[in-house]
Amino acid sequence: MEIFSLTMHDLHELLVRRELSVTEAVRSFLERIQTFNGKLNAYLTVLAEQALQEADRFDNGKKDLTESPLAGVPLAIKDVLCTRGIRTSCGSRILQQFVPPFDATAVEALHRAGAIFLGKTNMDEFAMGSSNENSAYGPCRNPWDLERVPGGSSGGSAAAVAADLCAGALGTDTGGSIRQPASFCGVVGLKPTYGRVSRFGLVAFASSLDQIGPITKDVEDAAILLQAVAGYDRRDSTSVDRPVPDYREALRTPIEGLKLGIPQEYFIDGMNPDVVQAVQRAIQTCRDLGAEIVDLSLPHTDYGVAAYYIIAPAEASSNLARYDGVKYGFRVPDAKDLMDMYCQSRVNGFGFEVKRRIMLGTYALSAGYYDAYYRKASQVRSLIKQDFLAAFEKCDALLAPVSPVPAFKIGEKSDDPLQMYLSDVFTLPASLAGVPGISVPCGFTAEQLPVGLQILGPHFQEELILRVAFHYEQATRDQRPKPAVL
Amino acid sequence: MSAIMREKITRSEIRHVAKLARLELQEEEERLMTDQMNNILSYMDKLNELDTSAVAPTTHAIRLQNVFRKDQVEPSLEREEVLANAPQSDGASFVVPKVF
Repeated sequence: MEIFSLTMHDLHELLVRRELSVTEAVRSFLERIQTFNGKLNAYLTVLAEQALQEADRFDNGKKDLTESPLAGVPLAIKDVLCTRGIRTSCGSRILQQFVPPFDATAVEALHRAGAIFLGKTNMDEFAMGSSNENSAYGPCRNPWDLERVPGGSSGGSAAAVAADLCAGALGTDTGGSIRQPASFCGVVGLKPTYGRVSRFGLVAFASSLDQIGPITKDVEDAAILLQAVAGYDRRDSTSVDRPVPDYREALRTPIEGLKLGIPQEYFIDGMNPDVVQAVQRAIQTCRDLGAEIVDLSLPHTDYGVAAYYIIAPAEASSNLARYDGVKYGFRVPDAKDLMDMYCQSRVNGFGFEVKRRIMLGTYALSAGYYDAYYRKASQVRSLIKQDFLAAFEKCDALLAPVSPVPAFKIGEKSDDPLQMYLSDVFTLPASLAGVPGISVPCGFTAEQLPVGLQILGPHFQEELILRVAFHYEQATRDQRPKPAVL
Repeated sequence: MSAIMREKITRSEIRHVAKLARLELQEEEERLMTDQMNNILSYMDKLNELDTSAVAPTTHAIRLQNVFRKDQVEPSLEREEVLANAPQSDGASFVVPKVF
């Protein structure tokens, strides 16, 4: 197997056994990036020199490979996470020149674990989008079909992992931005419980929803990467102070006897039939592994899109008020006064999707409309959360599709924002409820496009969904081809 | 009933909201924004199918209360580092255009 195709844990084993130097590993990825990034546009910034210097510290014995399973492992970071001294653009023109003076807590944790950063990945501007088409730096492409989107907003991270341009990556998920691109690109993606991973240094989109999580080649890698970033951080007052279990250890326990719920609302008219079939086969596999399958209902699922696309834009309109051309970010030259400078800098710095969400959010929070939109949506959010709490009384975890359709064509939905929003129907409810979810590859459509199985669990039960995903993956592992288009 | 959907938000309301959001939309952007927001807001009507009169709103999925820390002065970023990203500074402060 090629170096760049290895999982993080297999690669690390070779490094520790000295069968491979860290420099060789890094070079293998850098060459791969050199060859394919032009086609894919997965990376916005490549840190070749820095990565090789870091590698050298391991090969010279200045750093110890055995200290952590991430030591010497080359990773990619979504460009929404602040990296000290390295431009962090958020896929936006307004942050084209922004070089953070600090690291995000998650980035710091990976540094401390000895991970090597290959670069910063493409994304929808400020993580607003489901296709990566909203990047100010051009769309990222899906390695399975270059005419199609990789999903979004963590499209660059998912494409980089799928195309072997890194060993693993960090993404962020506000309404599905880890799970959906992972499913579109045929890799594993996990959105942790809200509060499990510190958001400090994650450029805010919707603060009550945003979470950082791993995008990886297999489930064990997701467990390793989550382990490194999970935990309390005093710099994020919404991070939750509770013990972090040993995720990798938790994978060992078989899933026999677990009760897995199938929510009927996640199988609806208009879905791609190949997606339905792949997910149903996956459910059968879980049954064969000894899990008990129970049908149940999450009755408010269909209201998730409307509630989310009020709440998230409302929070965004407030968060993005900070881009005023004063302290950092783009400023128009020659403004006639301060107000003109604000308005012109923002209107020229933001892309249209971001402006639309700021407008929607500002409207939903404005006098006279607050109760009808924001308050109403927040009440519906309670009902959606209640659906999950009730479901987890009847089962241990839920199995569902990630998206009703596989990766769509670039341009297919970009003119119709509502259609784009509706494609998030299966990922938004878990985000609103704050529960963790993982997308694990579960086969292909007739057109050879990957399909993802979504496993959702109760709050802070990441080890449970990882365990289900792991045993499903082990049972189906030999059926995993690589993208042929490269 | 007319087949034409009642406008949720008019062009002049869009202009007002844009002003609140400190966005000065161009003519063409304003027209497209009006159409798309009407379309999206009409879809949001779906929420009115639900009676939520007895439901408390959720603003955070994981409820936390009173996250306090000591009010202590701690080291923070150097002034130079902070000003490094400023579009305009005089080395000590951010510089902005005149207010009026």
